[in-house]
Amino acid sequence: MSAVVEQQIEDAAPRRRGGRRSTLVLGLSLTGLIVLLAIVSLIWLPYPPSDISGGRLEAPSAAHLLGTDKLGRDLFTQLMIGARIALLVGIGSVALAAVLGVLIGLIAAFARPWVDDSLSATLDVVIAFPVLLLAMLVVAVQGASLWSAILAIGLAMSAVVARLTRILARRVLQEQFITAARTSGTRWHGIVLFHVLPNIAPTLGVNLALQFGAAVLAEASLSYLGLGAPPPNASWGRLLQEAQGTVLTAPVGAIAPGVALVTLVLGVNFVADGLRDFIDPTRRRQR
Amino acid sequence: MSLLDVSGLTVSAGRQVLVDDVSFAISAGERVGVIGESGSGKSVTSLAVTGLLADALSASGSVLLHGTQVIGAPDRELRPLRGPVAGILFQEPLTALDPLMRVGRQVAEPMRRHLGLRGTALQDAVRSALVDVSLPDPRFAGAFPHELSGGQRQRVATAVALAARPRLLIADEPTTALDVTVQDEILTLLDRLVSERDMALMFISHDLAVVSRMTDRIVVMRSGRAVEQGTVGQIVGEPHDPYTAALVASARALDSALDAPASGASDGEASR
Amino acid sequence: MSILELQSARFAYGSRTVVDDVSLSVSAGEAVGLVGESGAGKSTILALLLGLAAPSAGSVLFDGAPLDRRDRRIMRRFRADVQTVFQDPYSSLDPRQRIDRIVGEPLRSLGIASGDDARRAVLDAVTSVGLDVDVLGRYPHEFSGGQRQRIAIARAIVSKPRVLLADEPVSALDVTTRIQVIELLQTLRRETGLALIMVSHDLSAVAALCEHTIVLQGGRVVEDGATSDVLHAPQTDYARVLVSAIPRLPPARAAE
Repeated sequence: MSAVVEQQIEDAAPRRRGGRRSTLVLGLSLTGLIVLLAIVSLIWLPYPPSDISGGRLEAPSAAHLLGTDKLGRDLFTQLMIGARIALLVGIGSVALAAVLGVLIGLIAAFARPWVDDSLSATLDVVIAFPVLLLAMLVVAVQGASLWSAILAIGLAMSAVVARLTRILARRVLQEQFITAARTSGTRWHGIVLFHVLPNIAPTLGVNLALQFGAAVLAEASLSYLGLGAPPPNASWGRLLQEAQGTVLTAPVGAIAPGVALVTLVLGVNFVADGLRDFIDPTRRRQR
Repeated sequence: MSLLDVSGLTVSAGRQVLVDDVSFAISAGERVGVIGESGSGKSVTSLAVTGLLADALSASGSVLLHGTQVIGAPDRELRPLRGPVAGILFQEPLTALDPLMRVGRQVAEPMRRHLGLRGTALQDAVRSALVDVSLPDPRFAGAFPHELSGGQRQRVATAVALAARPRLLIADEPTTALDVTVQDEILTLLDRLVSERDMALMFISHDLAVVSRMTDRIVVMRSGRAVEQGTVGQIVGEPHDPYTAALVASARALDSALDAPASGASDGEASR
Repeated sequence: MSILELQSARFAYGSRTVVDDVSLSVSAGEAVGLVGESGAGKSTILALLLGLAAPSAGSVLFDGAPLDRRDRRIMRRFRADVQTVFQDPYSSLDPRQRIDRIVGEPLRSLGIASGDDARRAVLDAVTSVGLDVDVLGRYPHEFSGGQRQRIAIARAIVSKPRVLLADEPVSALDVTTRIQVIELLQTLRRETGLALIMVSHDLSAVAALCEHTIVLQGGRVVEDGATSDVLHAPQTDYARVLVSAIPRLPPARAAE
C-alpha cells in the first residue's frame, strides 16, 4: 500500500526536477570556468611562472590583473597554475579512490562473512584516521610533492568509496535479477560487469563527484600546512598560506585563491547535486 | 445516521488523482467490503477516512465519521475518533506494531487514553483483550512483537485496534501477508469479534473470495473510482460494470480450478 | 526417465534442518506443484533444483545422473534445459538493461546463439508470450507487473528449456492478470511439451496448471499425489486443513 502512495507522491512533484536542472547548469558553469583557466594555462600564461619582474605586493593593474605576491610574481599566473593543480589533484585522487575503493568494496561484498568483517573493520580504522595525519605519514615517507598529496588523499577517500561500494553491491546482490543471471548461466565476472556495476554506478558517481570537491579542499589544507608542492607551481592552498602575513595590506593575494577554491568546490557540488536527479529516473517502481 | 458517510471523496498527490469522487456509507453494525487491485485507491480511501493521509496528499469532499467532518479537520479533533470510534487493522503486523514495546503495553495504551483505565483494572482489561483474540497465555503480554509469529502479531494488532471499543473496524488487507491456514484463523477471529461487539466493518482487500466471506455489501474500486456497489450476491452473481464483470470472471476461473484441477494428459484449461 | 529429480534430499543450516528427506521428480511434459506455507522449505528445494545450492544429503539428478555443479559442460546444458521464472516481477529484471538484452542473456552466457540467430530467438520468445516487438528497445520500468512477468517468461523459454521452474509466478500479480499468465503457461506447455515444477502457496494456481501436487510441511513431504486427489480426498490432516482454509467464492447461482 505505502509503496503505491509513495510512488504517486513522487510522481506528483515535477517542480523539483526543474530546480535540479538549473543547479546542474550553474554547477557546470562554475566548474567550466575553472577548467577553462586550467586548459588555457597549458598553452599560455600572462607571465612565465618564475618571473619576479613585477614589484612586490603590487595592487591589481593593467599589467598584473590581480597584482603581485611578496616576491614579485604575477598572481593571475599563479592562480591559473593553481587551477591546473586543483583539477589534477581532484581527478587524480578521485580516480585512485575509485579504482581502489570499488575493487576492495566488491571483494568485501562477495567475500565470506569473516573476510568481509575484517575488511570492514580495516576500512573503519582508515576512515577514522584524519586525512591530514595520513597525509603527513605519506609525506614523511615520500617527501612533500603533488603526488604524495594525491596519494594520501586518494588512499583516505578509497576507504569511504569501498564502504559505499560494499553496501550498494550487497543490496544489488540480493535482487532476484542476480539469481536470474546465475540461472541464465552468467558467470560471476559477467554478473559484476553487466549487473552489479551498472546498478551501483549512478549512486557511486554522485558520491565521487562530491569527493572531488573534498579532495580539492583537502589538498588546499595540506598546502596551507606546507605539505604540498612549493611555488612557483603552487596550489591555491599554498597561495593562501603565503598571503597570510600580508592579508591586510594586500588582500587580493588571499581573496583571489579563496574565491577560486570556493568557485570550483561549489561548482562541483552543484553538478553532483544536479546529477542526483538523473541518477535513476528509470528505477521507479510502478505498482 | 450512518456511522461513516463518504461523499465525493477526492484525494490527489499534486496533479495525480488517487481517489476520484468516491461515495459510500456504512451504517452501525453493517459490513462493507472495498475491493480493488493495485492502484485502485482502496488503501488511500481507508487512510482518508481516518484522517491519516500523508501531508503531501490533499483531500476534498466530505467524510463524516460519527458525525464529525474528517476532511480538513485538525489532528486534535480527529484523535478522539481514532480508537473509540474507528479502529484500524493494517496489512503488515511487523510495521504496525512498535517493535520496541512489549505487546501488553501496546494494547494498554489506547485503553489508558480512551477508557481511562489504570492499575489493576488496566492489567485485567489487557489480559481479557488478549484472551479475546485467542492469546490466553499470560506470557504473551510481556512479549515483544518479533518474538511472535505473523498470525500472533496480527491477533495482537487486532486487540490494539479493538482496545478502545470502537464502533467501526477498518481492516486494510489484514490477512494478505499471512499463510492460508493462518488467514483462515484470523478471518474467523475477526468475524466472531465483529459479531460479538456488534461493530461495523470496512474490509479492504483484493481477494474477492475473502471479501465475500467477511462482508454483506461490496464497493468495487478501479483507478480511484467506485465503479460499482451492491450486495455480495449482486456483485458476484450479476455484475453490471464491465470491470467488475472481468474481476469476477477471473476470480471465478481461478476458483473453479479447485473443483476441476488439471489432470493427466489434458492441461485442465481454466473454464471461463 | 525423469529430467530433473530430487532423491531423499536434505538441507541443513548448521543445526537447523530446513529440508528433510524430500524426493520428487518431473519427466517430459509433466507438471508438478509444490505447495506449502512459509517455513515449509519451498525456496530451499527450489534452490536445490536449480543447482544454486548443494544438498547436505541425498542428491539432485539431471537426466538420471547426479548433478556435478563443478562440471562446466554439464552445467551449461543444465542451465539451458532448466530455466526459471521468479516471484517478484519488480525485482527479477535488471532495471538498467533493455528488454532485448534481458531476454537474450541466457543465449549469450551459455553460448547458445549470437548475432542474428540470437536476435531471432529473442524475437520468437517475446512474441510467444504475447508481447509486441517494440518492447525490445524499452526498459523494465515502463511495464506493468503482468507484462514484466511475461518478459521473465520470455527469458526463461528463449533457450528452449525442457523444464520450467516457476517460483510463485503469479502471487505478486493482480487477479485479472493472474489468469492471463496462467493461461500463457498452459499454452506454452501444450505447444512445446515443456515440463513444469511450480512452487506456490496458492492452491488454485497449482490446481489450474499441475496434474500432480506435493504438499510440504516443515521441510518434509506430507502428501504426494494427483492434484484432484489432494484437493478432494486428502490423506493427511495438514492437507485437509490446508485445503479447507482456501477462501472460496460463493456459488454463482445463490445470488440473493
